[in-house]
Amino acid sequence: MNPIWRSTLKAGLLTGAIVIYVALTGMVLSLSQRPVIGKLSLGHVVYMLVFVGMGYITAVRSPWRQERPWLVPLQGAVVGGVGAAILALLPLIGRKVDLGWMFVTAKPELYKFLLFNQEQVARGVLYLILTGAVLGGVAAVLPILPEVLHKALLGGASTTLLLGVLAELVQRTVLKKVLGPFFAYKGLKPTGAAILFVVLTVLFGLQAWWRQKHPKVTKSVAAQEAEAASPLRTTLQLGALLLFLLILPVWILNKDTYLNSVVNLVGLYIIMGLGLNIVVGFAGLLDLGYVAFFAIGAYTVALMTSLGPLGHGYSFWQALPVAILLALTAGVVLGIPVLRMRGDYLAIVTLGFGEIIRILANSDWLKPFMGGALGVLDIPKPKIGNWVLKEEYQLYYLILAGILVTWFVASRLYHSRVGRAWQALREDEDVAEAMGIHLVTTKLLAFGFGAAFSGLSGAIFAAKVGSVYPHTFNLIISINVLSLIIVGGIGSLPGVVVGALALVGLPELLREFSEYRMLFYGIALIAMMLVKPEGFWPKRLKVYPRPQEEDAEASAL
Amino acid sequence: MALLELHNVHAYYGNIHALKGISLTVDEGEIVTLIGANGAGKTTTLRVITMLLPPREGTVTLNGEDLSQYRTHEIVLKGVSMVPEGRGVFARLTVLENLELGAYTRNDPSGIAEDLERVFTLFPRLKERQGQAAGTLSGGEQQMLAIGRALMSRPRILLLDEPSMGLAPILVESIFDIIQEINRQGTTILLVEQNALMALQIAHRGYVLRTGEIVLADTAENLRNNEMVQKTYLGME
Repeated sequence: MNPIWRSTLKAGLLTGAIVIYVALTGMVLSLSQRPVIGKLSLGHVVYMLVFVGMGYITAVRSPWRQERPWLVPLQGAVVGGVGAAILALLPLIGRKVDLGWMFVTAKPELYKFLLFNQEQVARGVLYLILTGAVLGGVAAVLPILPEVLHKALLGGASTTLLLGVLAELVQRTVLKKVLGPFFAYKGLKPTGAAILFVVLTVLFGLQAWWRQKHPKVTKSVAAQEAEAASPLRTTLQLGALLLFLLILPVWILNKDTYLNSVVNLVGLYIIMGLGLNIVVGFAGLLDLGYVAFFAIGAYTVALMTSLGPLGHGYSFWQALPVAILLALTAGVVLGIPVLRMRGDYLAIVTLGFGEIIRILANSDWLKPFMGGALGVLDIPKPKIGNWVLKEEYQLYYLILAGILVTWFVASRLYHSRVGRAWQALREDEDVAEAMGIHLVTTKLLAFGFGAAFSGLSGAIFAAKVGSVYPHTFNLIISINVLSLIIVGGIGSLPGVVVGALALVGLPELLREFSEYRMLFYGIALIAMMLVKPEGFWPKRLKVYPRPQEEDAEASAL
Repeated sequence: MALLELHNVHAYYGNIHALKGISLTVDEGEIVTLIGANGAGKTTTLRVITMLLPPREGTVTLNGEDLSQYRTHEIVLKGVSMVPEGRGVFARLTVLENLELGAYTRNDPSGIAEDLERVFTLFPRLKERQGQAAGTLSGGEQQMLAIGRALMSRPRILLLDEPSMGLAPILVESIFDIIQEINRQGTTILLVEQNALMALQIAHRGYVLRTGEIVLADTAENLRNNEMVQKTYLGME
């Protein structure tokens, strides 16, 4: 057999394995009640997307894309069809043999759903295989189309689908005013989806066409610098961004409590991320106990301001600087014993420190002061004059202010003398020391600043939530903050924001996927590290155009 | 008085006795080389001088001043600058940032600018590549950068740890030419090398190190002609 067909067949088998896995995790059935577009449910979408995706990937990689493009959709159809045929084995076998003892989700309802509720099994199987083949085939058409059309259709289809999946959230935002009529209670109406698809396709097409007409060229260094220095453009961009951030909670998110609480959570993680980024990203010190400083900030505000028996009745604004200072001090104090440690050793010790703080807060010994497992309740909301920051959309502005301050400090630090020293330290400790960098102060400064940011985040967190409990300050927070830095692009400030949106915001928004969202999250993390190991928004290095000609001697160097 | 003097230096890695009473001197304006096989203690000697590995016994003096009272980061202030083995450039920083870090302890912008020009004159390649991440440079360019960076602190004595390591022969030759040029401009040099042949061609004097002890000390010319050196380090029969 032709090797290309053989690999196509292999892709089909792989597709089958994936869809069976997806079906057996149970998400197909449990999401089958949630409509996305008309009668198409989320349960359909999760396994059908595998056919589409695999068909598309096969086509993109197909060696026939240039010479024999008419065969490519056929390849896609084979991949989808074979995959679907393998999936069909599940109900066929399942109806004869009870698989339930091994796979709890292998139930008759699942089989029925997979066979499109057909009475006749043969007809159901036929429909399933046809669906797979058509989806795989159609997806495989895209890569052989002209570039603009390809991008337009892909963008239109995926955005429409995304709007359908996130229907409930979309309807809470200002988008409802425009798109409202397109939506049913949950999911899109079929006509709405069709209109959206057409409009979005045209928009994406226009954008792709524009891109093609104005291709990005690697500009000379001078041109890049001139662009960066152009004050008008930068100011306009910054102004637009600031305006967006200011109207986000009130207008775009309609003062919606749920969406704003997600945004606020992302914001708190951004502050923490900016702090940990100093420690890990700038100075290269792996810190796994970062949650400790968050806890210190939160407990300081909680104990100082609480109206309950443990509180001392100070205002939030009095407690805030104390919280930051205490966290900073704790950062420096933790820094001292670990000065001589590197890499993994450092990670383990900081991990221990994080646990100690949590256990102390939880202990009976400190219970009279810190409330033990019962936590500290009745933390009042911050007040500005008579204006109480009570609602999520109001607290948003406090968090935004926190982000802006930390961002400013972090970026100034990065370009400062100590910032340089941190980077040198990250690259090579011994050499940095030999350059005259004082390791002790440099490291302690990194720990101190990182901890202070985290303390700020914790302080706001306590006021936002209104109560703190020891078990909130779990190791998973440290891990999350570290992951978001890595996913965003280590050492990069915008990367922190992107990482927080992706790792904190997205899982919150995918709540509908209930128990499966962590599965998606894990898959996304792995895929991310395989496809884009440098992060979503890596720290940018200047792009240099290739020199036109290099003389022989020079290129020998 | 010698510029740099090591007297009866003993150094340990844990329980391993790495240097067993080393004494050597480097005079102002000299190129002195320290040759020897792997594990002889060449790099360790440099680590002792920069106090990355403080000696357990013996003294290291610069211009008569005991260096062991200082920490590593203060040594560079005294006028000692090191080009580490394997170059040790800060890979994710640009060439210019690397060079600026070499002048980390200095506070005279005009002097720094002057020395930057000097480095760029010595190594025109670095000027071309100043905005590029140091990790993307070729091995030879990284070695140039490491030397340039060490010069940025305007040292009185430059410690070079195996500048020829991993470089093509033609490059080794040009690096050694530049080392000589730096010396002519007034910087004293202590050169640690496995490539004894090259090192003895440019050095004034040399020491032969074997398992933590100095077994020979003489002028470079005499060492080149020494039978034992020829046999063991120069590969001549």
